[in-house]
Amino acid sequence: MKLYCLSSDASKPCFVLSFRELLIMLDCGLSAHSVLNFLPLPPVPSTRLASLPNYTPPHVNDPLLEGELKECCGRVFVDSIPEFCPPLDKVVDFSQLDVILISNYTCMMALPFITEDTGFKGQVYATEPTLQIGRFYLEELAEWVSGAGGSGNAGAAKRWKEMLHVLPSPLALAARPRSWRRLFSPASVARALSRVRVVGYDERVDIYGALDATAVSSGFCLGSANWVLRSAREKVAYVSGSSTLTTHPRPINQAALRGADLLILAALTQTPAHNPDHMLGDLCVHATVTLRGGGCVLCPVYPSGVLYDLLECLSAHLDGAGLQHVPMYVVSPVADSSLAYSNILAEWVSVGKQAKVYLPEEPFPHAALARAGRLRHAKHLHDDAFSAEFRQPCVVFCGHPSLRFGAAVHLVELWANNPAHAIIFTEPDFPHTEALAPFQPLSMKAFHCPIDTSLNYSQASKLVRELRPKELALPDQYAPPPAHHQHTAPRAHITTEVPTVVVRRGAARTCGVRRRSARAHLPASLAAAAAARAAPAPTPATTARPSPAATPAPALRLAPLTASLALRDNRLDLLPPPPLPAAGTSTADAETARVHWGALDVESFVLALAREGITEARVEGDIVHLPRHDTLVQIERHATHVFCEGRADVRQALRRALAACLPHV
Amino acid sequence: MPDIKITPLGAGQDVGRSCILLSMGGKNIMLDCGMHMGYNDERRFPDFTYIVPEGPITSQIDCVIISHFHLDHCGALPYMSEMIGYTGPIYMTHPTKAIAPILLEDMRKVVVERKGESNFFTSQMIKDCIKKVTAVTLHQSVMVDNELEIKAYYAGHVLGAAMFWIRVGSQSVVYTGDYNMTPDRHLGAAWIDKCRPDLLITESTYATTIRDSKRCRERDFLKKVHECVEKGGKVLIPVFALGRAQELCILLETYWERMNLKYPVYFALGLTEKANNYYKMFITWTNQKIRKTFVQRNMFDFKHIKPFDKTYIENPGAMVVFATPGMLHAGLSLNIFKKWAPYEQNMVIMPGFCVQGTVGHKILNGAKKVEFENRQVVEVKMAVEYMSFSAHADAKGIMQLIQYCEPKNVLLVHGEAQKMEFLKDKIEKEFKINCYMPANGETTIINTPTKVPVDVSLRLLKAEAVRYNALPPDPKRRRVVNGMLCVKDNRLSLLDIDEVCDEIGINRHVIRFTSTVRFDDTGSAVKTAEKLKALLAEKLEGWTITISEANISVESVLIKVEGEDNTKSIYVSWTNQDEDLGSYILGLLQSVVQGS
Ligand SMILES: [Zn+2]
Repeated sequence: MKLYCLSSDASKPCFVLSFRELLIMLDCGLSAHSVLNFLPLPPVPSTRLASLPNYTPPHVNDPLLEGELKECCGRVFVDSIPEFCPPLDKVVDFSQLDVILISNYTCMMALPFITEDTGFKGQVYATEPTLQIGRFYLEELAEWVSGAGGSGNAGAAKRWKEMLHVLPSPLALAARPRSWRRLFSPASVARALSRVRVVGYDERVDIYGALDATAVSSGFCLGSANWVLRSAREKVAYVSGSSTLTTHPRPINQAALRGADLLILAALTQTPAHNPDHMLGDLCVHATVTLRGGGCVLCPVYPSGVLYDLLECLSAHLDGAGLQHVPMYVVSPVADSSLAYSNILAEWVSVGKQAKVYLPEEPFPHAALARAGRLRHAKHLHDDAFSAEFRQPCVVFCGHPSLRFGAAVHLVELWANNPAHAIIFTEPDFPHTEALAPFQPLSMKAFHCPIDTSLNYSQASKLVRELRPKELALPDQYAPPPAHHQHTAPRAHITTEVPTVVVRRGAARTCGVRRRSARAHLPASLAAAAAARAAPAPTPATTARPSPAATPAPALRLAPLTASLALRDNRLDLLPPPPLPAAGTSTADAETARVHWGALDVESFVLALAREGITEARVEGDIVHLPRHDTLVQIERHATHVFCEGRADVRQALRRALAACLPHV
Repeated sequence: MPDIKITPLGAGQDVGRSCILLSMGGKNIMLDCGMHMGYNDERRFPDFTYIVPEGPITSQIDCVIISHFHLDHCGALPYMSEMIGYTGPIYMTHPTKAIAPILLEDMRKVVVERKGESNFFTSQMIKDCIKKVTAVTLHQSVMVDNELEIKAYYAGHVLGAAMFWIRVGSQSVVYTGDYNMTPDRHLGAAWIDKCRPDLLITESTYATTIRDSKRCRERDFLKKVHECVEKGGKVLIPVFALGRAQELCILLETYWERMNLKYPVYFALGLTEKANNYYKMFITWTNQKIRKTFVQRNMFDFKHIKPFDKTYIENPGAMVVFATPGMLHAGLSLNIFKKWAPYEQNMVIMPGFCVQGTVGHKILNGAKKVEFENRQVVEVKMAVEYMSFSAHADAKGIMQLIQYCEPKNVLLVHGEAQKMEFLKDKIEKEFKINCYMPANGETTIINTPTKVPVDVSLRLLKAEAVRYNALPPDPKRRRVVNGMLCVKDNRLSLLDIDEVCDEIGINRHVIRFTSTVRFDDTGSAVKTAEKLKALLAEKLEGWTITISEANISVESVLIKVEGEDNTKSIYVSWTNQDEDLGSYILGLLQSVVQGS
């Protein structure tokens, strides 16, 4: 078993596991940190952003670099369509992948990079909510970024990537920008998603007959799953984006993950220092204070996930604060679908929410909020109907959390100079100061309330202890820092007694057990017949001379078995062997079954022959000659070769004699 | 325990009270727990005393599985759990768990409040019963205990209807409940994978019917409704609140819209909204089209269909009314029927099957007068139409399902004996498998070969694969392995003999026999060998026979032809394990020599 790591971002993981001759990709996360190096892409033209001065590094005169870099708020940004950092494509040939297993919708954004125009021929498996909500995320991204002419690489700024050494920080520190890619087109999003096969929790999916893959609830978001891969002998658990907190999704299923030969751990919390419950409380307080002061609240968010909790908590909090008149807006190209879908995924929500469905009422309150007119949604800020009813103060939820594209860019531009307004960051994917860098100086208040419900390091360490895997695989970010780096600051990491394999981007590590057998099925009748014949296994001591009575019966029993193999749909069945045409004339039954051990003692063999009525044996060294029967027995240390004429009775006598002198089963 | 035992307590050669006991591998499973709508006495519930004459029932049943919310499949469940006292696990899908209590409560009201029966379960009992239910999702593999596993498959039929695959050890059974193999206006078609169960228990309501196309039936239905209202008649369509009702509503709604009709269409008050809400919540269980468009337009928000009020019964003029229940055995539909039946211009359309004893069943059989308990006699002058809209599989669908899942045996339930007989014949002829159709209380025993898992050494398999792949492909050729079965702690593994020797640290002693046969044959040794190979291939069908130059091998038996003159020496050599094969081949060659 081999594990390849293709992502440098442990919260946007991408692994490939070679397991039983199959190549299995676990998640295909898309690292979006790279977009922070680019100038924001306003949905409405911005004169400020359009009139930024060019930047040229000192002492460099390169016409190709012309216009690629701009200076903004004392920093240098790339003036181009933002680029992303997809999983490494050099280590594993994507056309050879057999299966992609997706754990949740935050870990699948690179799917089109893997499956489109790469020769990919495999299967993709995800739960229904993962597929649907993943589709919203991808479509939203594709509309904002590709919609701005972002797919294809025409006119992309690339000269700067050759000159990192002369550029100021943080651009100079950009990681491998040459591997950054522009986003896929909406068409390739559609093609990639059409490959996804939907699975339910606890549904055993047969992977080419070699193993079963089962998605089990991970408690992180709607439809989020950990994957359990099982062959007859081995079990691998892939734990990615899990939560032990109680929120709206179904709780984590820990029992299914227990006792794995290998446990792969990924996508832990990105903000281990922030308790999500406290952050939610802080957010409500900051929002209330801002709204009371007549300001508006902007939450740059993704179109699903924590958004549902925010709507539920904040609306309740505003009710309590006497601010029920304040409208909440969700602005996203997929807002309507996302809000509608959340209410039909009854089978994927927590027991509490499920109980509502039986009434029948919607599991989430946002349908009721929408009916009451408190919650409105729009595809775009400039939709006429929406602009007409837009009232301030208000709370706006819109993307993108990086503040590089989407409606949020326009609202920050609009509200930046007013200290009454506030922006509250809840998504943990981007450092908020970096996100705000191109909007400085900022008068509006900025709060950082990251809500990341994924396991933190101590929860994860505890989970690993409880699950007792034989081996653990971790991205290097989660491993203890190497001993010789003692001078570096201590960082949070997983502490465990379990043997651990650490993987980093581009690396492959061998791990887990090696397979030595395959699971087959044997008819009970055949098994019983063999069991009846079974004899205790000899031990080396007893092989010299047969003395079965002296040794205590060993636990292992043996019986020779000949069987037909039936291989259908990769299910292996052992059947009775094909009969001989002359069935019933079997001469030897019990004798046939015998497998002999040890060495043949010539003297006892001659005696045994005599007991069978063959008394003419002449011993010549290692050869026993039976002249009347025209038979020669050649005895070696580990073999006896009988040259005889065709008489069956003589042969059977010989076999009985041999059996009498050799230990056997 | 290689037997599978099946005893229908209901639905054995009959329709109207599904309840089937299944025993395998020491587990007892109850499939559905239905109520018969045609009876008012104890016959309406399955005979639970069959399971245990007296005393607790829980220890006798490992789990109860409910296929869908129709009362003939779940109507006796509160009786069993609350009045008989079953406390074990009960499984059904989420929509069934949501909807079944509503139908149960509806039925309870009819029985207790209208008919005044007292010995019946209460509202609280329904609630307590449903609390005990574990809801399952499609394809989820649920371990009831360490040995018993169940899995639900989509069955179409009604919202949340499921077929269940049940496994104990290596034995498995599929129970269909009611299902349909063609998608309709609001549900998809039943689907199952090639799970090859030992037994398929399938409904056979429409065992002999190959129904005409869905489209024809729909056109027919719309034509009849339209003609009747055009003449000022009233159309009564008795339906169950959930299921066919929604499909017919969608059908009429689109027709009214297209034809721009103004005649009022009503649906029994109260249930509409609630029922449609369930469809909205569980839209993932409906068909592709509805799921795709629900964000823009919800198919269950009807423009032309209005809630019905009892006072409308007396309204003059044309109208169409959907009223519950579906078999005209009680409630609003029966009340309306009594009022409208005596008038020729009116029409009642029965869109589904009616069990014996119901008014629906009587009028479908041509009764012109219906007598009621209070001696009230109603003359039936209205037109009575039957339209098979209930979503059951027809003969073609049943055959299709058998093809999908490839069972080793089939057992028919939920149908009429005569029709079953016909289908049984067809199944046995077409698939060459056994088909059973036990009556209620009759036990069918099906023998299944049990199988035990064994871990086969890869070394053994690889060596076999190398041998096998060296030969041109031949699907008839058997693949044979020769190894040592090791039994340890009740676990079986099959290893290569040398592997075993290495493992326990002993040396094998190989015994080989070689005999010579002289054979008069002209030509080269290779030619002779080829002749012998052809002979062996003919006699040993299915065995792997390889030839290289003048050497032939079958398993460990080696045959070598020597000599270039007219007399050849054929050496036949085999190891002790292959005595049977070796002596057979030797005998064969000897007889050839003598014969020549
Ligand atoms: Zn039904």
